[in-house]
Amino acid sequence: MLAPASLPSPLGLLAELTHRCPLGCPYCSNPLALDKRSDELDTATWARVFREAAGLGVLQVHLSGGEPAARRDLAAIVKAVREAELYSNLITSAVGLTPQTLKTLADAGLDHVQISIQDSEEKSADHVAGYDGASVRKRALAAEVVKLGLPLTVNMVVHRANIARVEAMVDLALSLGASRVEIAHVQYYGWALENRAALMPTREQVEQAVAQVETLRTKHHGQIVIDAVVPDYYARFPKPCVGGWGRRSINVTPAGKVLPCHAAEVIPGLEFWNVREHSLGDIWRSSPAFNAFRGTDWMQEPCKSCALKEKDFGGCRCQAFLIAGDARAADPVCHLSPHHALVEQLAGVREDIPYNYRHI
Amino acid sequence: MAGSNTISADAKPSLPRGVRLVHNEAQGGWVLLAPERVFKADAIAHEILKRCTGEASVQTIVDDLATTFNAPRQRIHDDVVKLLVSLADKKLLEL
Repeated sequence: MLAPASLPSPLGLLAELTHRCPLGCPYCSNPLALDKRSDELDTATWARVFREAAGLGVLQVHLSGGEPAARRDLAAIVKAVREAELYSNLITSAVGLTPQTLKTLADAGLDHVQISIQDSEEKSADHVAGYDGASVRKRALAAEVVKLGLPLTVNMVVHRANIARVEAMVDLALSLGASRVEIAHVQYYGWALENRAALMPTREQVEQAVAQVETLRTKHHGQIVIDAVVPDYYARFPKPCVGGWGRRSINVTPAGKVLPCHAAEVIPGLEFWNVREHSLGDIWRSSPAFNAFRGTDWMQEPCKSCALKEKDFGGCRCQAFLIAGDARAADPVCHLSPHHALVEQLAGVREDIPYNYRHI
Repeated sequence: MAGSNTISADAKPSLPRGVRLVHNEAQGGWVLLAPERVFKADAIAHEILKRCTGEASVQTIVDDLATTFNAPRQRIHDDVVKLLVSLADKKLLEL
């Protein structure tokens, strides 16, 4: 099958090496039905996927999970990324990753490490992670990353229980020697959607946190890069989800299924292909799931005639399905969506109930 | 504010670990790979960045570019400083 002449080149590959993870964060982006260890792709298959990704124009591989360090062949995987001449980014909880393994990864050519930290307050952080002592381990491993001369990003996921501490979170990232910090407001898919009422902040809290990030950016200019993932339930315009469907990113699940984004499996009727049966190039060009919402032909009103349709691509397809009940609808976060009021209503549902921690 | 708008002429800029300049046909040329970010490097940026080896000083780099491209030294100097400051502010360059 011939690909359309305008087929874009993907930039990033999210490699979900495993769904196994020692932590239980209630906002985990993994699906509710987790892949089993026995279904995971082997080292050689991942190496082939990286070579095929490079052939497509991919520049960066994000090694994620679950916890990627749960894989014993992680160093071989990092080496395979490097051999494919790609940039490797390790996205880790830091729990279960020893300094010795980290050193092996650095020697294998690892380019960058991102460590998640659940809060600036240790007790609260361990509670969110569902793991006593996680904070201490994370801080110790962050120091090892810096000691090895690897660049460090600290990822802080923000929600109702910790949103008041954005400034302390940035200070913690600075004190750990990070060159970059992500203030990532929870996006409601997967486990986060299950826990939405327990995680959702108020509009006032969100506005304050967004303003704080602006102030902190000025204050720490040149010292640390602060990137923010915006809280879209309180937004008027949708996010350009994954930079546009089938346009910039590829997600490979532990069992080899290839998705346009990590949440795409919630949309019914999409046919995903697997790297065990197809090359990554074939999947990118021809798999029904990647072509389902590529470009703008699939759009309905108000997206179809919208001046921003090439900028935000109608927002997130998964959110359109989850809230508006139609994956072709405008992302209901958009103020032009007929379902926009529903988003505000859902954001208003906040309950102080125990988390449903991520579990198999 | 820690950022500044000037660089010492003696500074020897280099790309830190985790920042790499690579050529990629599919993405249309030279790109600077950085932690979870990718920047396209145009012809001028590429000529500047490939000289940021940690061995050449800013002064040497400017002189080299002015000679190689037979261009006014002041204009080259301004372009080089502008690019290097913006990259250093983003933690993509060591000075």
